Amino acid sequence: MTLRIGNAAGFLGDQLDAPRQLVQQGQLDYLTLEYLAELTMAILARARQKDPRAGYARDFIRVLGNLVPSLYLEPTPRIVTNAGGVNPRGCAAAAAGQLAQRGCGDVQIGVVTGDDLVDRLEELHRDGCPLANLDNGQPFSETRAPVVCANAYLGARPIVEALAGGARIVITGRVADASLTVGPVVHQFGWEWDDWDRLAAASVAGHLIECGAQVTGGYRHEWRDINLENVGYPIAEVDDTRVVITKPPGSGGIVNRTTVVEQLVYETGDPAHYLTPDVDVDMTGITLHDESKDRVEVRGARGRPAPAHFKVSLTYQAGFMASGQLVVYGRDCVERARGVAEIVRQRLARAKAACEEFHVELLGAGEGVPGMHEPPDDLREVVLRIAVRDRRQESVERFVEQFAPLITSGPAGLAGYATGRSPVRPALAYWPTLVPRELIEPHVDVRPASEWPD
Amino acid sequence: MARHKTTASTKHAATIALGEISTARSGDKGNHANIGVVARSAAAYDFLCQELTPQRVAQYFAGLGASSVVRYELPNLLAMNFVLENALAGGASLSLRIDTQGKLLGTAMLDLPLPRPKNLAEMQSAG
Repeated sequence: MTLRIGNAAGFLGDQLDAPRQLVQQGQLDYLTLEYLAELTMAILARARQKDPRAGYARDFIRVLGNLVPSLYLEPTPRIVTNAGGVNPRGCAAAAAGQLAQRGCGDVQIGVVTGDDLVDRLEELHRDGCPLANLDNGQPFSETRAPVVCANAYLGARPIVEALAGGARIVITGRVADASLTVGPVVHQFGWEWDDWDRLAAASVAGHLIECGAQVTGGYRHEWRDINLENVGYPIAEVDDTRVVITKPPGSGGIVNRTTVVEQLVYETGDPAHYLTPDVDVDMTGITLHDESKDRVEVRGARGRPAPAHFKVSLTYQAGFMASGQLVVYGRDCVERARGVAEIVRQRLARAKAACEEFHVELLGAGEGVPGMHEPPDDLREVVLRIAVRDRRQESVERFVEQFAPLITSGPAGLAGYATGRSPVRPALAYWPTLVPRELIEPHVDVRPASEWPD
Repeated sequence: MARHKTTASTKHAATIALGEISTARSGDKGNHANIGVVARSAAAYDFLCQELTPQRVAQYFAGLGASSVVRYELPNLLAMNFVLENALAGGASLSLRIDTQGKLLGTAMLDLPLPRPKNLAEMQSAG
């Protein structure tokens, strides 16, 4: 038998109609929805600080509302999502409310927790876990900054447990993206947790579909001949021996060897060791075959035993930041834009609010990638963008106050400051680290929607 | 630092742009960026193994201030993965750049100049 797993969200903010379309057109056994980038976790953690009921992907609740008719009428697809963010139980409560309201109170919701370590850091430290930075080895105790979130990347096992417990919908917090796919596959086929090559194949399938339309024609340089307006979201067909990546018939986009290879290496490091909590994947032996239109067969992933540690993504506050921009128009726009930036810098210094980091970019002049291009001589228009960061909130607030006055007290030929002061945001530093597996205990709770408390 | 005046490439130029024989896609992992490069043909892949060295990529992207550039090879797939360590000025939640996640780097990579190969036409025809 072949399992069909579709993924209709690649990040928080992806197309809200995609899940319903994929469910209608995809003949799915499972629908996955992936919402959590590294930054997203920090944003959700900040939301939870303000409101203890928040901190999950609210988009998922809207998506669920769209899916209610099929949830009610059909036994498939089952849904596996990391929409829980830093508050999976809060997400389950909101999802349950949505379902109960629509007469689906008997739908079983499973929640996976145990990834959130923000209240366990001292205990972990006491237990001899240095939480050293994965990139530079620095111990965390030297940082002494307020931690915003700290989450372990859980694997597929608790997802399998929730599915085995009867969950129609599984809501997790931080799990490895690929595990959203590995969970259903292992649950369905009953593979052992040391069947490394098969776990590797399923992980590759999950990795390929985790970013939604990026494997079906999105984020490509060869975009002209592809219908992206109606792009189809990806489906992985998994069986005992192989994976096929495809998309719904009639949808836009394209699946071919190039789209699959581009996504295979996307956001990876050493392809011989693509590490997940489930398996250490070796991608170097993978072969791809264009089976037919929009169907690519993937074979040859190899697996080695899973790492002894869980990766943990920790974020702490490192001051404040803000950015602002103005259009600078006319013959000497490049020189004038640099002059305006210098005025801002000097006004901040005069106000004793010089920022520790002051970054100037002339967008339109090729500075979107630093150091790549000299501005062309004949440029007639440029967007001046200034961004600052400082430990002192007051300095960054002073910075955002500097923009509007430039219209009257700077040079002529500036526009685009009609939307008010830019927001001052917390600057969040990312600290990847490792925690031994035995110190992390995933927890699974499965209940009908009607029995999840508000 | 490799700063370039933008000029249209001519038919007889001594160099080609990487994008004439490959595609590319970039992304982030914390403060590191990666750029996947997929050659259009086996001939192009062999040429890139010789010419698209990590040193050349590091020099081209010198403005990013990466601490190192590592190249991984996937000959089965005619692909390479370049990891630019500490290239993102703090990464998604800390960087002051407009492109906090290195999304533009793949596109920038396609303009990387390489010596013009003799068998360019062969390289451009897929497998």
